Amino acid sequence: MTAIPAPAATRRPMSRRSRQLLMAAPMVLLLVTFLIYPSAQLFLLSFQKGGGFSLENYQRLLGTPVYLTVMMLTLKISVVTTIFAVIAGYPVAYLISILPKAKKGRILFWILLSFWTSFLVRAFAWIILLGRNGVVNKLLQTLGISDAPIALMYNFSAVVIGMVHALLPLAVLTMLSVMENIDRNLTRAASTLGAKPGMAFWKIYFPLSFPGVTSGALMVFVTAIGFFIFPALLGGRRETMITQIIIEQIIQTMNWGFASAVAVLLLVVVLLVFVLYDRAVGLSTMTGESSARKGRPGRKGIFSRIGDAILTGLGHASDAIIGLFPRRRAREGAPRPLVGFVTVLLAVMTLPVLLMIPLSFAESGLNWPPQGFTLKWYQQIFNSPIWMSALTRSLVVGFSTAVLALLIGTPVAFLMVRGRMRGKTALLAFTLMPVVMPNMILSVGLFYLYAKIGLVGTNLGLIIGHTVIAVPYVVLTVMSVLRNYDTRLDLAAQSLGATPIRTLRLVTLPIIGAGMISAFLFAFTISFDELTIALFTSGGMSATLPKQLWDEVSLSISPLLAAVSTCLFLFVTVLIVAVGLLNRRQK
Amino acid sequence: MSTLETQGLGKVYGDFVALAPTDLKVEKGEFLTLLGPSGSGKTTLLSLIAGLAEADSGRILMNDRDVTHAAPYQRDIGMMFQNYALFPHMTIAENIAFPLKMRGTPAAEIKRLVQEALDMVRLPHIADRFPKELSGGQQQRVALARCTIYRPSVILMDEPLGALDKKLRDQMQFEILRIHKEIGGTIVYVTHDQEEAMTMSDRICLMNGGRIAQLGSPADLYFRPQSLFVADFLGEANLLEGRLVSGADGEGVVRLGDASEIRVTLPRPLDHGAAVKVMLRPQNIRLEDTPGEGLNARLRSWSVTGASTKFFLDAPALGSEPLIATRATAMSHDAPEPGRDYRLSFDPRDAVAIPADEAA
Ligand SMILES: Nc1ncnc2c1ncn2[C@@H]1O[C@H](COP(=O)(O)OP(=O)(O)O)[C@@H](O)[C@H]1O
Ligand SMILES: [Mg+2]
Repeated sequence: MTAIPAPAATRRPMSRRSRQLLMAAPMVLLLVTFLIYPSAQLFLLSFQKGGGFSLENYQRLLGTPVYLTVMMLTLKISVVTTIFAVIAGYPVAYLISILPKAKKGRILFWILLSFWTSFLVRAFAWIILLGRNGVVNKLLQTLGISDAPIALMYNFSAVVIGMVHALLPLAVLTMLSVMENIDRNLTRAASTLGAKPGMAFWKIYFPLSFPGVTSGALMVFVTAIGFFIFPALLGGRRETMITQIIIEQIIQTMNWGFASAVAVLLLVVVLLVFVLYDRAVGLSTMTGESSARKGRPGRKGIFSRIGDAILTGLGHASDAIIGLFPRRRAREGAPRPLVGFVTVLLAVMTLPVLLMIPLSFAESGLNWPPQGFTLKWYQQIFNSPIWMSALTRSLVVGFSTAVLALLIGTPVAFLMVRGRMRGKTALLAFTLMPVVMPNMILSVGLFYLYAKIGLVGTNLGLIIGHTVIAVPYVVLTVMSVLRNYDTRLDLAAQSLGATPIRTLRLVTLPIIGAGMISAFLFAFTISFDELTIALFTSGGMSATLPKQLWDEVSLSISPLLAAVSTCLFLFVTVLIVAVGLLNRRQK
Repeated sequence: MSTLETQGLGKVYGDFVALAPTDLKVEKGEFLTLLGPSGSGKTTLLSLIAGLAEADSGRILMNDRDVTHAAPYQRDIGMMFQNYALFPHMTIAENIAFPLKMRGTPAAEIKRLVQEALDMVRLPHIADRFPKELSGGQQQRVALARCTIYRPSVILMDEPLGALDKKLRDQMQFEILRIHKEIGGTIVYVTHDQEEAMTMSDRICLMNGGRIAQLGSPADLYFRPQSLFVADFLGEANLLEGRLVSGADGEGVVRLGDASEIRVTLPRPLDHGAAVKVMLRPQNIRLEDTPGEGLNARLRSWSVTGASTKFFLDAPALGSEPLIATRATAMSHDAPEPGRDYRLSFDPRDAVAIPADEAA
């Protein structure tokens, strides 16, 4: 065989090292300038008072009972939320992981829909649901459980309900990433070896899925601890969380030093949680790798023996319970009680937002049941210059963010997947910093920076901030696309005479195109839903849609907001469906 | 009493018949292999026996007990999976001890048995390691120890050696046979590798399109195929077209396309005049240097394939397909010229007539 010589290189290729630097540079620059630098600035600010070094901010923070109470409550709400979200999410993730591909997608759709529906919209839905004349109160009265409306809102449970509802999809998706990698043959093997279903689950499946449980818990916890929407909208005066203090300090008193101290404390807690997690479980489990225990020959620790005994006990107990019921014959499908539980849970996840939709068309206000039909709320939105300019701004910012994030993130993804270089893990960790860092800290930092360089209230400021948040998701999405792409196709095309550019255009892009569009849409959605950055850096007439919604919700609840929320929800639904169709077509 | 018996056992997925109603009896201590091309229903049959899939028709009896609807853990089986399915979070000792623990064996007894099992698979020193730390071959042995330690009455193996390279595979075949002898268990073994099936099995159950094509000893299937599929699937076969002229008592005469007549074996009675194909294995054809009476052929080409040399021949009786004959390779043989004529001779016992119209 003779090889047709490759077309001679027209110019001297860059050295590998400098090409790699060039690919990572935009993202590194972005994160250093708009994430690390502002955060460092906050750190310094927190140690200042009246222009000099001072510990006063921290003394005030740690010395005032109110703040300590808030911190304890923040931890309590986050822990309770985490426990409920993980326990409720586990069966869902488990069911998805054992279903055949076709059915998997259907459940995953509902999870993703919830995942991408903005927190604000979901919080608003709960307000309507739990209100004095909301669905829940009406239901309780109809059932005769209560005869007057009871106060379901403005208390601890309402906050936790809202937050569990908000974070359940995150818990499910994180656990799922681990469960998908568990070989289904293992539990089948256990059953041929004599293990009853309960025992096979607790001794084999559960320990293997445990890294998913812990990483799910970690993700939920660090997200929950930075929440302010739910305590602000669903909580009473007592349910204040730590980020609300930051908002209050900045917006009402402009006390940068103290706000920074609170932000630093929040960051320290988050980092502490990560460190503890790394000590106990190891951060490497986050990537979905199975975590075989380190081969420590000899005796096993007391904890693992206790754990083993507990699992054995759970196994026996489950099998005893299962034994009480007649055995089903169709062994191949998923257990029916599990399907039932998950169906109910998915309904509870989706219903609040769905119930809001008819109210946006009702003449009767937000009272349940909806009566009459009107489009006036929608007309009001479309005739309102405030809402229309907010919509325009959100679209422009979202689109620009998506383009920018894709331009910056894609080279990094290529580098991570294709590049031969040391320090990939470090680069990935660096890329994921915006995910780990509570958005509130980023927002305050950016606000401070923007105030100095005149970016407050500008689209550019928003776009940059949103790009910082969106870039990690773009990198991860494109990475997963590239991992599934067979690079030999490129080599084949080039060996057949295609230039690198034509290879990219005719072979690579058509194949990974759908994945790139998914990444684009994710970035767009992130920006379109983003509230925290917009909270500070888009003010007055220059609000984005979420910011406008937030301002109005804080003032009063009206059916107009239900209409806005409905629009937002439908918009996300369309995007999710589009991504789903794209991915399906690619297969 | 057979250890395992299926009666009309069938499985459908939607309207696709993965396993047509199948009768199969496996005797105690037997090594039975399910052989067949990919998609022929081997795994389906094995899964039904293991209880990992639910039968749509028929019954499964184990030691005369109906286990058709019993859960896997209620059947007295052991199963070896293709990817080993070792529990990654348990040590080797824990993996092997698992079935004993499930059966409530006392701890001291478990310890002794696990060590015995490890000795049996010749891995005495790896008890405290984790599956990840072992090579493929070692994992294989551990999987073998795990599914045999509790002496199940039937051991099922689904292409257990599929992932190993050739050398290791040969070694493991030998190991499995040795352990089969040592514990005297009954094994139902799945493979799509005919050589492996021939080497290891007492009987082979050759499957095709969800049904049994032929069931018998390796020699039976090889020398007395009852259908073209079987003849073609096991080893190389020349198939000569013709019609049965006469036949009785398992012997007969077939007239080939060029009107020459040859003596053949009839594994089962066939009508006179029936269209048949005569199977001749390449190694059973002798090439006589002097053309004469009977089948003649002209050399097209030849090639050395290792231990044997292959001759591709054109014969008027055969149509366009070349006839293949093999000879042991030896330096003493001359290199023959293509175009040279040979007379073909063979023992009638090696020429098997198979009905030609039978669907493959
Ligand atoms: N769960 C299933 N759903 C639908 N078809 C299946 C399923 N399992 C197996 N099949 C089909 O049944 C046929 C037999 O499969 P299998 O028993 O796995 O074959 P083998 O093990 O001989 O390769 C194949 O055509 C396969 O596509
Ligand atoms: Mg198979």
